[in-house]
Amino acid sequence: MEPKTIYTGKTGQISARKEVIRIRNLKKGFGDNQVLRGFNLTLYEGENLVVMGKSGSGKSVMIKCLVGLVAPDEGLVEVLGRDISTLGQKELDLLRSDIGFLFQGSALYDSMTVRENLEFPMRRHREKLGVVKDSLPRVLEALESVGLASAIDLMPVELSGGMKRRVALARALILKPKLILYDEPTSGLDPITSKEIIELMRSIQKKYGTSSLIITHDVDCARVISERILLLVDGVNYAEGTYRELAGSRDPKVQAFFKK
Amino acid sequence: MDPNESIAHRIKGFLIETGQLTYFAGRFFKEVFRPPYEVREFLRQCYQMGNRSLMLVLVTGFIIGLVLTLQSRPTLIEFGAESWMPNMVGISIVREIGPVITALICAGRIASGIGAELGSMRVSEQIDAMEVSGTNPFKYLVVTRILATTLMLPLLVIFGDIIALYGSALVEYLKGGMSFQLYFNKVFSALSFGDFIPATLKSFFFGFVIGLVGCYKGYYCKKGTAGVGKAANTAVVTSSLLVFFVDFMAVFISDIFYEL
Repeated sequence: MEPKTIYTGKTGQISARKEVIRIRNLKKGFGDNQVLRGFNLTLYEGENLVVMGKSGSGKSVMIKCLVGLVAPDEGLVEVLGRDISTLGQKELDLLRSDIGFLFQGSALYDSMTVRENLEFPMRRHREKLGVVKDSLPRVLEALESVGLASAIDLMPVELSGGMKRRVALARALILKPKLILYDEPTSGLDPITSKEIIELMRSIQKKYGTSSLIITHDVDCARVISERILLLVDGVNYAEGTYRELAGSRDPKVQAFFKK
Repeated sequence: MDPNESIAHRIKGFLIETGQLTYFAGRFFKEVFRPPYEVREFLRQCYQMGNRSLMLVLVTGFIIGLVLTLQSRPTLIEFGAESWMPNMVGISIVREIGPVITALICAGRIASGIGAELGSMRVSEQIDAMEVSGTNPFKYLVVTRILATTLMLPLLVIFGDIIALYGSALVEYLKGGMSFQLYFNKVFSALSFGDFIPATLKSFFFGFVIGLVGCYKGYYCKKGTAGVGKAANTAVVTSSLLVFFVDFMAVFISDIFYEL
């Protein structure tokens, strides 16, 4: 199915910027289940792009293809100018140090304290960080940016859902990435905590100037944070535009996402 | 369903599982010699598995020694061979009962623990998070655990054997008035290096299969809490069966050497 582009005006302005992610004709299946059927996406430097789609539409598979957790069957996946499929393990690890990943369920390491969780990504990237002997200042800086410096010695089990998400965000920031991937950042959170997380995402984007790809079902999250929204239906692009344009669309499939 | 088809399906499943487990073991041998070495995590696992299983092994070993002596005593008295008790108990504990019972306890405690821990890490995307942060999760989680079980099990067997002999000696002292010194003199005069070496060697293999199966089941755990439960359960069943299989092979091979 060809993408049904509802709006391209803003993309025209943004496209003058450097491309951070380029996906072309991405296909991925698991057995008989073809999840992605030729998906295309471009994320520009400093942009916040939201990808929306129903459960099982292939959003999480797509985001995992970007960091090499899932190998595509076909298509091009370029992140920060590097084709993922051509990278060796060392090069892939180096590229991953420029990408922050916020997992759906936070994915904090249960057996480690908050401090150890944040130190963990630093252990393989000493060269990039200029051999940090004492990692504490960096850990504190990341925790302060999410307002949780006091939780440094707590175990994940002692944190609430919202706090876990904040710590996971701090962990994603610890290597000062150029790009942050958010997989359902507000799922499972109450509306107030969701708003706090969304505000935090915005402030981080302003502070660090990162590009962000956000996968979500949350219309409020998409409204507040997106510059551009891409709808993924049945493994292909269905529609693309700003929140206002898509929310005003008369297309029933687009409406299904935005009507409250 | 056609019963023949069901049997064929099961045989196919068994062969696939065996192939995957063999590949997993091959990957372990490939990764174990490659830097970076996760020394801290390896030592932590040694502590977790060795220290925390020790009490269980000691209590079980002591009871086995007591029971074996109490049960065998009447028969040996009937034949006027009660002075042979230390020889009989010593050989049976060092060569067979000590290693197998300790391995079965560890299969129940350690294999299920590893299966559940890695399974829940897989389900909650902690393994993916580890990979994205540039750490090889196979090396960090699997290699360290298999090495720790392989090295800790022989130590646990030694402690288990010693305490089982003490249990037996206690019964002989209380029931037959034999001193501890005389008991252990008789035990060591009955044992040779040919008894210790195969028992110690097979303990390494027991530890290896327990770690291997626990890690394999957890690492490839299916999604959901049911998947974690199944991983823990099948880890115990499969590793216990493999312990008996390895034991049979060890006895078979050592028997060939005895005949030579």
